[in-house]
Amino acid sequence: MSQRPTERTPSDRSRPGVSVELTDLTRTYGQVNALDGLTLRLEPGELVALLGPSGCGKTTALRILAGLDEATSGTVAVDGQDLTSVPANKRDMGMVFQAYSLFPHLTVLDNVAFGLKLRGDDRTNRHLRAAEMLELVGLSEHSEKYASQLSGGQQQRVALARALAIRPRVLLLDEPLSALDAKVRVQLREEIRRVQLEVGTTTLFVTHDQEEALAVADRVGVMSHGRLEQIAAPAELYAHPATPFVAEFVGLNNKVPAVVSAGKAEVLGVQVPTLVGSVEDAGLAMVRPESLSVRADSEGTASITSVAFLGPISRVHCTLADQTPVIAQLTSSQARDLAPGQRVSLEVEPAPVLVVPAATMGA
Amino acid sequence: MTRRTRALRVVLLVLFGIFFLLPIYASALFSLRRPGGGHSMAAWTAIVSDDQLYPAVLVSLGLAFVSVVLMLLLLVPTMIWVRLRAPWARRLVEFLCLLPLTIPALVIVVGLKGVYAWVTYFLGFIGLGESALALTFIYVVLTLPYAYRALDTSLSAIDLQTLAEAARSLGAGWTATITRVVVPNIWSGMLSASFIAIAVVLGEYTIASLMGYQNLQVVIVLLGKTDGPTSVAASLATILLGFVLLLVLSLATRGRRRHVVGGAVR
Repeated sequence: MSQRPTERTPSDRSRPGVSVELTDLTRTYGQVNALDGLTLRLEPGELVALLGPSGCGKTTALRILAGLDEATSGTVAVDGQDLTSVPANKRDMGMVFQAYSLFPHLTVLDNVAFGLKLRGDDRTNRHLRAAEMLELVGLSEHSEKYASQLSGGQQQRVALARALAIRPRVLLLDEPLSALDAKVRVQLREEIRRVQLEVGTTTLFVTHDQEEALAVADRVGVMSHGRLEQIAAPAELYAHPATPFVAEFVGLNNKVPAVVSAGKAEVLGVQVPTLVGSVEDAGLAMVRPESLSVRADSEGTASITSVAFLGPISRVHCTLADQTPVIAQLTSSQARDLAPGQRVSLEVEPAPVLVVPAATMGA
Repeated sequence: MTRRTRALRVVLLVLFGIFFLLPIYASALFSLRRPGGGHSMAAWTAIVSDDQLYPAVLVSLGLAFVSVVLMLLLLVPTMIWVRLRAPWARRLVEFLCLLPLTIPALVIVVGLKGVYAWVTYFLGFIGLGESALALTFIYVVLTLPYAYRALDTSLSAIDLQTLAEAARSLGAGWTATITRVVVPNIWSGMLSASFIAIAVVLGEYTIASLMGYQNLQVVIVLLGKTDGPTSVAASLATILLGFVLLLVLSLATRGRRRHVVGGAVR
């Protein structure tokens, strides 16, 4: 997991920003429930990431907040004001899209100034503001170029500048990084966070990439089937997943047979505390790859099936005595002497785990 | 490229050149010939001085202009709306727009004759009861197939949905979205739709003749019976105008592509 680029300091709390409330939103398309009673509150100045697999309703929620889609039922309120029936162009929300969305016929500067022109700002003012926004995203020297002359990452930064130029009440980011390559993605997400903290705008960030969500957000909401499974600060979400879905979606999880008694689970021979929501007898413990250690042991009951080298870390795929496959994540120096076919013993660190009924996981 | 294929190219080019240019050259010669020998520009000056021809030229140019404006006003917002809000209707609109291609002019005239009694009746209220400009409604329909194709191509070249949503989120209403964002990005398609429509309207004979209106082509045919050189000069002028329009179109869109749209490739 990468480092969080910037932490919110207490003084940031005083920055301008408005609250956003989505209450009991539903959206049906024919027979499909894209949203099934979503309730979500964003505190002023907060960056909330909505995380989930495709089709979980996260983008629908964002589009309804933007006014680009209509909820079947439920309400949208910003700063206590009901916006449910206000059209998109009157909502004052800046949005960055997944697809490149710069207007091809305008220069970068005119793109950023577009929203201000619609608001009747005079030429001098809107160009000043646009230049200021371009400086914020580090693209001042490109202001006279057209979108076609920019890289994907630059285009998304201009889109961010354009969205912020109108001083939006809420900033909406709809998977803004998913069209970019891996390195630019990491750079840009850190930049988005820096800019968001600087301007203090309440932000909803939709993504399917858990690392992205954990890295930039104040709180992460995990969605599944149109519902919010859990919303919590990244570290809390990672350490204390509330449901099997969250545990599995956030982080790569092993399902290891476990027996629970008196609030303790016996996993691979080690007693570990259980999280709220765990079963009370036999089940499957959700164990993260980094919680497992692997030791070469000719008497061990597990064996290595393969070792994947990923630079600083390695993933060791093992099979337990009962044929359960598990993955352990070690530093590459720890994994150096491990080879496929080797007999090993596995140990789990005594961090709290979620134990789920074997049947629900379909394992 | 081998010498043989190059030679073949030259031969083909020359053959096609002769095929297209020879009749035009012959017409030009004929229009410049003076009865009894020598050359004269009389046939060409008649285009703007002939009592019958000049008004017909104005009528056809007027028809072309009004038809293009109406066609764009009808088609551009409709096609944008269908793509954004009613994608299910896209095939239907395409079918309706292409339909005029499949219906013979005679059938259109027979079908519309009754309707046109009302059209001329209502146009009478604004003093256009007898005007050939009434043909504009049929011509709008007639130009739809060509205009639809041109506009469809240029709309497909942009990410209309995302651009429109971006404009709306920045505060643009539907009118501003269309005029400030969509139209500038489909400008080349609108231009080619317009020029093709102008060419269609300027060259239309059958319907005008059957409906009893005197547009350029009808008068050219009439004149051909009495004054050959003038009618040929007028025909040639129409062809040259169409040629110039297409040339302007290709130059204009090429210039645009280089500056703006070409970059949409990513």
